[in-house]
Amino acid sequence: MNTSVGSERVHIRVTVNGQLHEREVEARQLLVDLLRETLELTGTHIGCDTSYCGACTVLLNGEPVKSCTMFAFQADGAAIMTVEGLSQDGNMHPLQTAFTQCHALQCGYCTPGFLMSSYALLSKNPRPTNDAIRKALAGNTCRCTGYQNIFKAVAAATESLGAPRQ
Amino acid sequence: MYPAAFRYHRARTLEEAAAILAEVGDEARPLAGGQSLIPLMKLRFARPALLVDLNWIPKLSDVEARDGTIRIGALARHAQLVESEMLHPITILHDCAAGIADAQVRSRGSIGGSLAEADPSGDWAPVLLTLSAEIGIQGTRGQRTIPLAHFYKDAYTTALQKGELVREVVVRIPARRSGGAYIAFKRSASVYASASAAVQITMADRGTCEQAHIYLGCVGLVPVHAVAAENELRGREVTKERIRAAAEAAMEAAAPQSDMRGSAAYKKVLVSSLVKRAVEAAHRRSRGEQVEVTHEYVGRI
Repeated sequence: MNTSVGSERVHIRVTVNGQLHEREVEARQLLVDLLRETLELTGTHIGCDTSYCGACTVLLNGEPVKSCTMFAFQADGAAIMTVEGLSQDGNMHPLQTAFTQCHALQCGYCTPGFLMSSYALLSKNPRPTNDAIRKALAGNTCRCTGYQNIFKAVAAATESLGAPRQ
Repeated sequence: MYPAAFRYHRARTLEEAAAILAEVGDEARPLAGGQSLIPLMKLRFARPALLVDLNWIPKLSDVEARDGTIRIGALARHAQLVESEMLHPITILHDCAAGIADAQVRSRGSIGGSLAEADPSGDWAPVLLTLSAEIGIQGTRGQRTIPLAHFYKDAYTTALQKGELVREVVVRIPARRSGGAYIAFKRSASVYASASAAVQITMADRGTCEQAHIYLGCVGLVPVHAVAAENELRGREVTKERIRAAAEAAMEAAAPQSDMRGSAAYKKVLVSSLVKRAVEAAHRRSRGEQVEVTHEYVGRI
C-alpha cells in the first residue's frame, strides 16, 4: 500500500473533567486506555471490552459513549467527563449519594458507567419517567443488584436535585 | 484488547476519502461511527492498515428537507436522528432510531455506517426500504444515486465499488394518509434484534389500502421483501382478517437461520407477531392516531 498516507501517531487535544491535555497518541489507542493508562483516571472501568456492558461509559461533549469502543483520537477537540468529574470540592454528586443510600451497588464495578449514563439522562431530561430511566440505562449491565435499586437511586437523585418527578 | 496497529488519516472531504480508499484498496477502511468496526478490530477480525476518518468532513451529518424529501447525511448519528424535528413527519424513522442498540451506541453510530455495513440484522435497511429510499454514493469520479433496493447484494455486501462511500440517504416524505411502524424484538438493548418488521401503508380516500410496503429484518441474508404480505393488504380494507393473512404471508417469506438469538421456527413465529402489530400501528398512524412503538426487549417494558 501507499505508506505515505496517514500516520501511526496522532496529536490530540482533549479536555477531561475541565482540564486540557495534549498528547501524542498511538492511533490504535482506545479512549478508555487514554483515560486509565495515560491520564491515570482509573475510575472508568473496562467490563466486557466488547461494547456490551457499559462499565466504560463516559460523556463525550455531554453524550454518553462507550470509551472502549472509541479511539482516543476520536476525542480530539472534545470535552470528556468521567466519573472523577462528578464530585465537587470533596462532595459527592447527588447521584452518587443516592446510589449509596439506595444500595444501588454491591461490588461497584459497573457503577461508574451507571453514574455517567444517569448523569447524561438527567442533563437532558431532569424529570425522567421510570420508563425513560430504564431506557437510558439499558446499555449498562450490572451483575449484582438486579437493577431495581439503581432505578430507585436515579429517581431519588432526581428528587434531591430539586426537580419534581412526573 | 488492542487492535492491530494501523495508520490514520483524517479526510477533509468525501472526495478525498474516496480517492484514498480507491488508491490504497482493501487494506484501507473508512471510519464513520465505529460501533461495528472498532469491536471487529479489537477482536482482530478486521485488521485495516489504514483508517480514513470521515468524522471531520463538514456537513456530512446534516439533515435537510428539500422538495418533499428529507436528505440525511451519511454521518448523522442515531441519537441525532431521534432528536431531529425534521424527521417527525416520518414516524417509522423515529421508531428505528430511538431503539437501535443502547444510548451509548446511538451517540456514536451513524446511519451511513449502518447501511454500508450491511449486517443482515441491521435496523435501518428494512425501514428505509419501506420508504423506497435512495442512497447517494460518492466515488472517485463523482456521485451517483441508486434505489436502496439495489444496494444490498448479500450479507455484508453492497453495491459500493472500490473507493465508493455512502454520501446520503434520500427519503420522500410519505403522503398524508400514509402511516408506518417499525418493531424489532431483541433479547437485550445492546444486541442485534432476533427479528424485525417494517411496514408503511398508504390509505385511499375510501378507506382501502392503496399501497403497502413490508420488509423484514434479521430473517435473510438481506432484508426480506414480503411481497405476498403486501398483496394481502393492497386494494383492500385493513381488517383483522387481512392483517392476520399478511402476517402469515410474511412468516412464509421469512428465511431465518437458527442461532443464539433463537431457532428458525421461533423467529418465524416472531415475524408473524411483529408484522401483525406493525401493520396495526401503521394503520392507526395513517389515520392520525398517536401510537408509540419501537424496539422491544426484556426489561424495557
